[in-house]
Amino acid sequence: MSDDLFRYLLRLADDNLILAQRLSEYISSAPELEEDLAVANIALDHLGVAHHLLEYAATRDGRSADELAFTRPEREYTNVLLVEQPNVDFGHIMTRQFLFDAYQLGLWEALSGSDDPTIAGIAAKAAKEATYHIRHSSGWLIRLGDGSDVSHARAQQAIDALWRFTDELFATDDLDVTMSEAGIGADPAGLRSLWESRVDAILAQATLHRCNDPYQRTGGRTGYHTEHLGHLLGEMQWMQRAYPGLEW
Amino acid sequence: MPATETQVRALLDEVVDPEIPVLTIADLGILRDVAVATSGEVTVIITPTYSGCPALDHIRREIERVLGAAGLTATVATTFRPAWTTEWMDDAAKRKLDKYGIAPPRGRDVPILCPRCRGEESRLVAEFGSTACKALRVCSGCGEPFDHFKDI
Repeated sequence: MSDDLFRYLLRLADDNLILAQRLSEYISSAPELEEDLAVANIALDHLGVAHHLLEYAATRDGRSADELAFTRPEREYTNVLLVEQPNVDFGHIMTRQFLFDAYQLGLWEALSGSDDPTIAGIAAKAAKEATYHIRHSSGWLIRLGDGSDVSHARAQQAIDALWRFTDELFATDDLDVTMSEAGIGADPAGLRSLWESRVDAILAQATLHRCNDPYQRTGGRTGYHTEHLGHLLGEMQWMQRAYPGLEW
Repeated sequence: MPATETQVRALLDEVVDPEIPVLTIADLGILRDVAVATSGEVTVIITPTYSGCPALDHIRREIERVLGAAGLTATVATTFRPAWTTEWMDDAAKRKLDKYGIAPPRGRDVPILCPRCRGEESRLVAEFGSTACKALRVCSGCGEPFDHFKDI
C-alpha cells in the first residue's frame, strides 16, 4: 500500500536519515573533541527527524519504521544526491552541511504551516534545530573560507564539488505539486530565493564564491543515485540483511 | 476505584530525565498531559525535547514501569505540537538545575550566570555539549567550564 503522503514522508525522511549516517561515519575523526560532539549532536537531530517521519510513514504502509530504514534497496531511497556525498575533509563536511542547512531551514519554516498536524509539529521542532545547525556550519564556512590559504582553497574546492547537487534541492516534481496544492507540502521551487540569499551572504563573508561550472546532477528523488549511496546503505543495512528481524 | 489525575501525576514525579536526574519529566515540560478514563485506563502524553532525544524511549518505559507498579494500565503517546520550549521550565526547576551545576535557560537577552561563581561573563566553547540540550561555556571569572541548558 502506497500513497502520495507516504512517498512525500519518505523523501523528507530519507534526506535526514542518509545525512545522519554520513555524519555518524565522521564521529571520532573531527579536528577537535568539541566538533566530534557537535557532529554527533547534529547527526542525532537528523536521525530523530527521520525516525519521527518514518514512524508516521509506517502508519500508512505495511512496513515498520525500522523496515523502511533497513530493508529498502537503493532504488527505493529518494533522498537528494547532496546528502549521500562522501566525507572528504572537515571543510567539505561543513560545506555540505551548510548548503543543506540553508535549504532545510527554509523547508521546515514552510512546513511548520502544513495542514497536516504531524508534519507541522515535526517541522516546527526541526526548524529550531536547523537554526542551531546553520549557525554552526556557517560559522565554520566563514572561518575556513576567510582563514588560511589552505583552508580557503579546500572550502572553495568543496563548494565547487558540491554545487552541482544544489539545483536538485529546488526541483519541483509532480509529488511536490500535489502535496503543496493539498496544503500539506511545500513547493521546493519557492524555497530557492531565500536559500540563495542565505548562501550568498555567507559565501561573501567567507570570501568564497559560487561554482562557475553550470553543470547540475539530479535523480535522487526518483531513486537514481550516485555510486556512493549503495556503499552507505551496505554499511547501514548489513545487519538487518544478514540477520533479518534481529533485535537487541 | 480509578486513580485520579493528581494521583497519577504524583506517581510520575518519580520519573526523571536520565541525563539530568534532578529534574522530573514534569519539571522539564516533557510531560504534557495526563488523562484517566472512567475505565481506569491512563493516557500519558509526552513530547520530545529534541527530535533525536535518546532519553524519550527510556522515559516512556519508566512511565509504564512506575504506573504498572501502582497497578495502573497506561498508554504513553507522543505529541509534537506545540514544539517543546525551555519556557515551560518553571523557576523551581531552574533552581534545581542551577544547583546541579548546569546554568538554566533564562531567556536569550539575559546574561548566563556561572553556576559556580555567579559571574555574568562567559565564553561559548561549543554550541553542542554533552547532550543536545546543552552548550559548553567557560566562565571568564572563575575560569571553570560549565554546561548551559540552551534556550529553545
